[in-house]
Amino acid sequence: MSLVPVTININGTPTPAQVEPRMLLVQFLRDELELTGTHVGCDTSQCGACTVSLNGEAVKSCTLFAVQADGMDVQTIEGIGSMDDLHPIQAAFWEQHGLQCGFCTPGMIMASAEIIRRNPDPSEEEIREQLGGNFCRCTGYHNIVKAISSAAAVMREKGAEAGQAADD
Amino acid sequence: MTQLPDSNYKAPDGPQKYIGKAVKRVEDPRFITGQGHYTDDINVHGQLHAAMLRSPYAHAKIGQIDASAALALKGVHAVLTGQDLADAKVGSIPTGWLLPDLKIPPHPAIAHGEVHYVGDIVAVVIAESRALAEDAVALIEVDLEPLDAVSLGSQALAQGAAEVHPEAPGNVAFNWEIGDAAAADELFKQADHVVSLKIRNHRLVPNAIEPRASLAQYQRSSEEFTLHTTSQNPHIHRLMLAAFVLGIPEHKLRVISPDVGGGFGSKIFQYPEEVIVLFAAKKLNRPVKWAARRSESFVSDMQGRDHESEAQLALSKDGKMLALKVDTIANMGAYLTTFAPAVPTYLYGTLLNGVYKFGAVHAKVTGVFTNTVPVDAYRGAGRPEATYLVERIVSKAASELGMDAAEIRRKNFIQPEDFPYQTPVALVYDSGNYEPALDKALGMLGYQDLLKEQAEGRKNGRYIGIGFSTYVEACGLAPSALVGQLGAQAGQWESAVVRVMPTGKIEVLTGSHSHGQGHETTFAQIAAEEFGIPMEDVVIVHGDTGKMPFGWGTYGSRSAAVGGSALKMALGRIKDKATKIAAHLLEAAPEDIEVADGQFKVKGVPEGGKSFFDVALMAHLAHNLPEGMEPGLEAQYMYDPKNFVYPFGTHIAVVELDADTGHVKMIKYVCVDDCGPLINPLVVEGQVHGGIAQGFGQAILEETVYDEEGNMLTGSFMEYSMPRAEDLPMFEIDHTVTPSPHNPLGVKGIGESGTIASTAAVANAVNDALRAFGHHHVDMPFTPEKVWRAMKGGVQDLGQAADD
Amino acid sequence: MYTTPFDYHRAVNLDDALKMLADNPDAKLLAGGHSLIPTMKLRLASPSALIDISALDELRGIRTDGDMLILGAGVTHAELLYDKTVAEYAPLMPDMARWVGDPMVRNRGTVGGVVAHADPAADYPAGLLTLGASFKLKSAGGERVVGVDDYFKGMFETALQEGEIVTEIHIPRQAGKGAYEKFRHPASHYAIVGVAALASPEGVKVAMTGAGPKAVRLTQVEQAIGSDLSDENIKSATENAVDAGSLLSDRFASAEYRAHLAGVLAKRALMRVK
Ligand SMILES: Cc1cc2nc3c(=O)[nH]c(=O)nc-3n(C[C@H](O)[C@H](O)[C@H](O)COP(=O)(O)OP(=O)(O)OC[C@H]3O[C@@H](n4cnc5c(N)ncnc54)[C@H](O)[C@@H]3O)c2cc1C
Ligand code: FES
Ligand code: FES
Repeated sequence: MSLVPVTININGTPTPAQVEPRMLLVQFLRDELELTGTHVGCDTSQCGACTVSLNGEAVKSCTLFAVQADGMDVQTIEGIGSMDDLHPIQAAFWEQHGLQCGFCTPGMIMASAEIIRRNPDPSEEEIREQLGGNFCRCTGYHNIVKAISSAAAVMREKGAEAGQAADD
Repeated sequence: MTQLPDSNYKAPDGPQKYIGKAVKRVEDPRFITGQGHYTDDINVHGQLHAAMLRSPYAHAKIGQIDASAALALKGVHAVLTGQDLADAKVGSIPTGWLLPDLKIPPHPAIAHGEVHYVGDIVAVVIAESRALAEDAVALIEVDLEPLDAVSLGSQALAQGAAEVHPEAPGNVAFNWEIGDAAAADELFKQADHVVSLKIRNHRLVPNAIEPRASLAQYQRSSEEFTLHTTSQNPHIHRLMLAAFVLGIPEHKLRVISPDVGGGFGSKIFQYPEEVIVLFAAKKLNRPVKWAARRSESFVSDMQGRDHESEAQLALSKDGKMLALKVDTIANMGAYLTTFAPAVPTYLYGTLLNGVYKFGAVHAKVTGVFTNTVPVDAYRGAGRPEATYLVERIVSKAASELGMDAAEIRRKNFIQPEDFPYQTPVALVYDSGNYEPALDKALGMLGYQDLLKEQAEGRKNGRYIGIGFSTYVEACGLAPSALVGQLGAQAGQWESAVVRVMPTGKIEVLTGSHSHGQGHETTFAQIAAEEFGIPMEDVVIVHGDTGKMPFGWGTYGSRSAAVGGSALKMALGRIKDKATKIAAHLLEAAPEDIEVADGQFKVKGVPEGGKSFFDVALMAHLAHNLPEGMEPGLEAQYMYDPKNFVYPFGTHIAVVELDADTGHVKMIKYVCVDDCGPLINPLVVEGQVHGGIAQGFGQAILEETVYDEEGNMLTGSFMEYSMPRAEDLPMFEIDHTVTPSPHNPLGVKGIGESGTIASTAAVANAVNDALRAFGHHHVDMPFTPEKVWRAMKGGVQDLGQAADD
Repeated sequence: MYTTPFDYHRAVNLDDALKMLADNPDAKLLAGGHSLIPTMKLRLASPSALIDISALDELRGIRTDGDMLILGAGVTHAELLYDKTVAEYAPLMPDMARWVGDPMVRNRGTVGGVVAHADPAADYPAGLLTLGASFKLKSAGGERVVGVDDYFKGMFETALQEGEIVTEIHIPRQAGKGAYEKFRHPASHYAIVGVAALASPEGVKVAMTGAGPKAVRLTQVEQAIGSDLSDENIKSATENAVDAGSLLSDRFASAEYRAHLAGVLAKRALMRVK
């Protein structure tokens, strides 16, 4: 099968590549770009370990061919924040012990960002419901739910501050 | 021979700086930023990929294998079959625990002659890419002649059942017994009331979210192998794979288990795929990698539980429990893997005493081969099965006798003054105090109010159930001599090396392994505590046989109790030596030196003193050491525990049934655990949370179902229900603290308690709610249709073991 | 994990897609990919070529034409869930969309994909039946509009012919309250049974998905309800109202249980539309 040229904007860097059509976005990220923070936990699109953001919306990168992302923006866990500059969600997962083995964590964090994007002040019930596409076998979700609530609060506060700064 | 220092628990003299503190985990920054380093993240130059052709039949004779079309694909390097391994004299995957008269059929990495379960490997393609390897697998033509198969333990024992292995006539792997049958019979004669229970503990798939993966490399010049693999115990992997399977000199195989995305037991074992990649790497002189896709995990990761049991409980009329008799059929699956024989015997039968004062307990277990994925240790391993049985029958007794489920338990508890307590089934419980945990949990629950709410609700068609599980478990495996007597082909001590560097930084090498437990934090807390130095000055190294001393790894909640104790003892050795050096430098007697906040000081002399750094430096410079002292500051300790540790507690689940649909909602979960002193409450509670979710999963959602031909009907997340966030409430957790007397930290394991306790608590809660419909027992899992039928009064229709 | 190899064609516009589809009978359309890709990954489907219509602007967009809500086939579940026009014209749609998969699935999967795929456990068909939707189907040769009653034929079977693409979903403005109730498969979260109810001036409509090979109207419930949405009537009209005879049965839910659930969900949905 012939390779298809694509340019995907990955974590802010336009990345040209030739890909086999059947290559999934997650394989492209992991195997071609060594962005191994995005994980694969299933082959039926259920577990959410592969969650990334595509043009600002969370998607399962195992259920999307890399060719389909041509010309689009992809943000992965590596792009959302860094050790020196943690995203509030990353910080909250750390603070609240929202991870154990860490395998589901990148997908959880990317899915959390989606939950907060859709509703900056989600209730516990809503967070639990919206996590339906992300499995964690270690934490019983307890601290993940806490982490998302607390990250949302921090982000609201930051948003309010930023808003205020803009008003001034 | 040097005398081993005293390793009994001594309570700390004063407040502690790190131990007991909710320190944020050291390992987290890499995980939350996507820098975790898991086996499948590793790719090496020249790497080839393996893909497995797995049997679609549960039992079949392998005929001709035609791989020509696969081999014709450009980029396919080899197709391996069972014959290739047999020709190369690759050994059978061994069983690490023996029982008297145990039947151990050969377990080749690639099936040879016959396949024995759906998922058994028939052939392997090694190719340039994973995609190509998978394409080639589809091109292999195999003649498989289906044979009769059997999937349920009791059916495998039936007359005329299909025979899984000729080595095991009647499909019996072993017969095992524990306890005094005659004494139990005698007590049954005296009983006023006998409660009977027929119970199924159904089969589960561990489903760590990281699928297994292995990458083998071979260095022709040195004849050295390196295996990166998803292992909970790299040294066991090395020992077994090298010495027993592949005939590699042990020192020529390095096993590295980097970050591991959860294990729950499933990554203890030596798997066919590990043998295959090692074999292929040498044969092709290229690195070879394999990573499971989830649908492979479902048919190739060792599974858990799968018991069919009958039990009788003898009681006096006032609810005193006299004796318990249990008869269990344990489905072992198609082969016996690493710990498999121990799980339904020594890890199960010995726990059937629970927290109660029985006059006698007797258990009989028949291990049975079936054409299913092998069953081995899965979180809790034997103890959840025992706890489910005991706690279920106790609640059933309460229900039949019209007693309060909490009170019948209280009445029968082993009392604090009874410890150490010799049970009728071999174990000696180290310490315990069961009532305070129960009372605390009842208080947190608001039990009396809840009972009123429940009664009120029933009048209005609202069905609330309250379920108890007052559990004890035995973990922290274990005195080596003891497990040796019981059949283990392994020791169960643990190692620690503490290496203090000239700058005072500490490297701790442990034989224990973290795959989510947080050793890099908790072990660093233990080490930093010893000298009061910053935690950042300590690094924990694990998961690499090339670095760490021999050790037996992590399972059976042994990391803190055994691995942590080894560390504590090694630190003691460092402290001794460092104190002598400091005393020498300070011109004082070692007895007069105290260490705090990283400073060695002469007692009562606040000024002066030597820092930990000064001492470490001098130990290495060796310019001025006490007469005859060996330079350096490094210590090793191999800690062999004197007994298991016995964490315990009370878990209470509250559920509400949807009277229309049978859907079970868990509305509250309260637990009080006692694992001795907490090293890090965050980590302890995290372990409990995850454990509860897993145990809840078994009670309500998860179930591995085989049809009679041995086809797995639940082979993906589309059919196998994993607990999701929305299925669970926030858990209310507290603790009591009863140290274990026999290890230096006083700690008991907490990795499995949640799972061990919660299944029974949730199952009891559902059963409590179903009492309103006249049931004394309905078996888990409580799928909506089953509960709906139970509410209609027709559970038997479902063909489940129902007993009322 | 890998699908079989295939040729990938990204359609530049609808005509291009239609032409490729006509030329390439073996090819499959790729919309959100959330039914197709999982099947391909398990190698249960191995099309030789995919025609990607996921980025076609012509299939996007939510608009209205008088009292008709017109959804492009490429509108995602998330758009249905959050769009204001949809909420105004057909609030039953978001009431169903919130039940589809999870947030990531909703960001990719499309309403056209659901309509074309006709999964017996899909959610929308129930609501679309009550809303009286119709579908615009285009082929290289022309276009036609098929009403929902004639469209869903059976399990994965529709009126869609080879070479046709679903381009639009037409939904008459919802004239009364609507509600969708779902009982999910605990593993897959697809519908074991889903029931949509709509109470409009013309009458009450109730439809069921998940339980049988295709979504159907529960006419016996509708008749028993008539226009009487009193509690007692809802209860009596829904109790034992569904016949298990034609329903699916599997290890998770027997036909009898599904029939029972259908009654329960119908009751719950009807209680919400009164
Ligand atoms: C984890 C998961 C959970 C899910 N849960 C649910 C759920 O709870 N409820 C539910 O209803 N669905 C569920 N789905 C399915 C989801 O809604 C799909 O998005 C939908 O069924 C198909 O839409 P699609 O755009 O993804 O179609 P695709 O997968 O792209 O296509 C599906 C089929 O339709 C054809 N097709 C697509 N678009 C058109 C068109 N415009 N014209 C003609 N043919 C076309 C394709 O060729 C293909 O054969 C779930 C999916 C996943 C992965
Ligand atoms: S890997 Fe994408 S959902 Fe599991
Ligand atoms: S932290 Fe291990 S799976 Fe979530």
